[in-house]
Amino acid sequence: MATKVVMEALSPTMEEGRLVEWHKHEGDAVKAGDVLAEVETDKAVMELPARADGVLRKVLVAAGATVPTGGLVAVIGGADEDITALVKAAGSGKREAPAEPRAPAPPPKPATSAAPTPTLPASRFPLPVGAEGGGGGRVKASPLARRIARERGLNLAVLRGSGPGGRVIKRDLEGAAAVALAPATPAGGFEDVPLTQIRKTIARRLAESLGPVPHFFLTVEVDMERAWEAREALNALGEEPKISVNDIIVKATAQALRQHRECNAWWQGEFIRYFNDVHIGMAVAVEQGLITPVIRYADQKGLRQLAAEACDLSQRARDRKLAPEEYTGSTFSISNLGMLGIDEFTAVINPPEAGILAIGAVTRQPVVHDGAVTARRRMRMTMSCDHRVIDGATGARFLQTLVRMLENPLAMVC
Amino acid sequence: MANNTFDVIILGGGPAGYVCAIRAAQLGLNTAVVEREKLGGVCVNIGCIPSKALLHSAYVANLLKHDAKELGVTVGEVKLDYGTAMRRSRQVSEQNSKGVEFLMKKHKVTVVHGTGKLLPGKKVQVGNDTLTATKAIVLATGTRVKGLPQAGLELNKTSVISSDEALFLEQAPKSVAIVGAGAIGVEFADIFNAFGTEVTLIEVLPRILPVEDAESSATIARSFKKRGIEVLAGAKVKSAKVTPKKVTLEVEAGGKSRTVEVEQVLVATGRALNLEGFGLEQAGVKLTDKGLLQVDKNLQTTAPGVYAIGDIAGPPMLAHKGSREGIVVAERIAGQQPHPIRYDNVPSVTYCHPEVASIGLTEDQCKERKLDYVVGKFPLTASGRARATNETEGFVKILRDKQYGEILGAHIVASHASEMIHELAVARENEYTVEEVELAIHAHPTLSEAVAEAALDSLGRVLHA
Repeated sequence: MATKVVMEALSPTMEEGRLVEWHKHEGDAVKAGDVLAEVETDKAVMELPARADGVLRKVLVAAGATVPTGGLVAVIGGADEDITALVKAAGSGKREAPAEPRAPAPPPKPATSAAPTPTLPASRFPLPVGAEGGGGGRVKASPLARRIARERGLNLAVLRGSGPGGRVIKRDLEGAAAVALAPATPAGGFEDVPLTQIRKTIARRLAESLGPVPHFFLTVEVDMERAWEAREALNALGEEPKISVNDIIVKATAQALRQHRECNAWWQGEFIRYFNDVHIGMAVAVEQGLITPVIRYADQKGLRQLAAEACDLSQRARDRKLAPEEYTGSTFSISNLGMLGIDEFTAVINPPEAGILAIGAVTRQPVVHDGAVTARRRMRMTMSCDHRVIDGATGARFLQTLVRMLENPLAMVC
Repeated sequence: MANNTFDVIILGGGPAGYVCAIRAAQLGLNTAVVEREKLGGVCVNIGCIPSKALLHSAYVANLLKHDAKELGVTVGEVKLDYGTAMRRSRQVSEQNSKGVEFLMKKHKVTVVHGTGKLLPGKKVQVGNDTLTATKAIVLATGTRVKGLPQAGLELNKTSVISSDEALFLEQAPKSVAIVGAGAIGVEFADIFNAFGTEVTLIEVLPRILPVEDAESSATIARSFKKRGIEVLAGAKVKSAKVTPKKVTLEVEAGGKSRTVEVEQVLVATGRALNLEGFGLEQAGVKLTDKGLLQVDKNLQTTAPGVYAIGDIAGPPMLAHKGSREGIVVAERIAGQQPHPIRYDNVPSVTYCHPEVASIGLTEDQCKERKLDYVVGKFPLTASGRARATNETEGFVKILRDKQYGEILGAHIVASHASEMIHELAVARENEYTVEEVELAIHAHPTLSEAVAEAALDSLGRVLHA
């Protein structure tokens, strides 16, 4: 009856976890679902739940220790059950099979056979990440669970299945946690377009030249006077939350991407996945480094909602309380160092995305305006493009649209 | 006894207990089964198995009496002999019970004959022997028949009988009133009617087979009436005058009182749990306020290491549910984490003619729960196979969740409904939607095609109706 407690893969990329703190101690009664310990993954501090009822009989790993996923960390069993065999097995350093092994994803195939048509019908699976392509391996799920996930826009890949062999079943989609994974997906989705020969050649040659993600950079300067005025006016209404310049940039970028789907894409090796919806990754500096929480459907949300979500996500990113699905699946990213006084910089692309925008500070600069030199609020931004997906002119046209929106904020609602 | 210590001791060798023993033995546990009567329990000896034998005799009787001529087979006078049918059913039971004995030997399960009494500390007393379990004790003591004393119907083994006696009659009674129209009552109504008995079927709830879908109940009630069975639903037995040769019942139905005079009354209103005489209380096994056994979700009683499976563990009281509990508990005792039992996915079958089988919710339950559902239905009158075998009574009905296509419930009335329901049990267990059921190619011509057609009908795409 004794149950092994192993270091679980709590994020899609997690290979080991550091045991931060035990919430339960030897001798404590535990129920399945109780939080046993806090575990620091490569992305966040997460909870390690109990998978069985019983007594936490033996804790094998002290707080602070790092354990590979699948490694035995404790034993749950009956109060007077003999668990020496289990504990001995741990002592021999034998690594347990991970609770839910995730095979490395095979390169996803474009959603077509050898059909030469450049344009394919949109997939029935409007999932921004994982389940049906992109990220992790095959997801075990019942047909009913797949259907519910598809219609509610849930990502099966990040769920822990409670069916046989970890299969995701209906019950796993019923909890509040599952509902919070992603907002309901509107009709749309994405389109996988096979590579033309010229794209293949560009990809190969540029990768040889510049490394696996051949970046190039486009810089523009934007007049931010009107955006600034719009922001001041909105904030003068006294409504919460207050709008930041960054929120306006997120909104404008999402709107511009909506018009330039060619920049809202993932490089997938054998094809390019163009997304119909925009999920903006927002780089947030945290104590230990950097994390990119995702504002989903940024193109479909109002400024106030964007501001609220950005604020919540960045706070929880700093507290390391993000769930894995909250920092995966973006289609384009923005990094803003303006508040730190940086005028201009280049950002590194977050693969498989095709672009990232680096935002500098808004500063008053002397410029010629209406034939006279005046001081105006200016901002420089640089887009890093993956040349395998985006060509110079493609990126430039997107930036033109983005600049027009920032300089005429009403264009965002047109 | 050479060795009185076992890993697991199971009290009761019925379908829950003996299956638990086999699974435990497969998992390397040294296992003993304590049985006071015959291995196989009620199911094999005085329940499922012999009644199926009698129902087959009833089927042949009806076939020869009613259908043979139309099918081009003219037979002489059809003589019915319940005694012969009964003795054949006994042989079938004997064979099955021997089969269980063989299985116990094959799996090296020790069978101890006698009544096991629980002692504190995972010990069981059988006669003068004391057996000790090192890992667990499993209670699988089952149920027994009971009368209906509140209606004046104490079982007397002659004129007021239970299924225990009905299965051993040398001849079918001239007339019988069957009180209780659940599976057992309905099956005996079918049997006795086929053997020429005048049958009155009395059910206190508004319809016979009350746990089944209302359409299934209605189909069987109609079929029974056509065969001359008097069906009194919503009828309460107010009083009974019992003599050894005759019983007179006062039955109130629809506000009217009437008298039913019969040779025998068969009481089939439910069974009593066998919870007495096993020393449960002294061993720390508690009952609920209602006198039922108290078990947790792992089927463990209030005494640690003492489990309960089968009828005493809770409804539905069905052999296959008990067997599954036996498997799951054996695996838990062996330290495995078995897939939890889905009690909402236990098929239910009544083996009358035509058979009634179901799984999941009834349409009334869908309504009560305010579910958004669609009914898909296919009548067997539209099935080529059913027409060919002259068995067009019945239908397949699937209740589909409107939004996601989940199979909320399925109800089959057909000559082989008991065999057809499992397609839907597999579908529901694996969360297939009606689409997956329909996509599987069904052989033609079969009754099972009606399942695919009902699935299609729920999608508005039925082909053959």
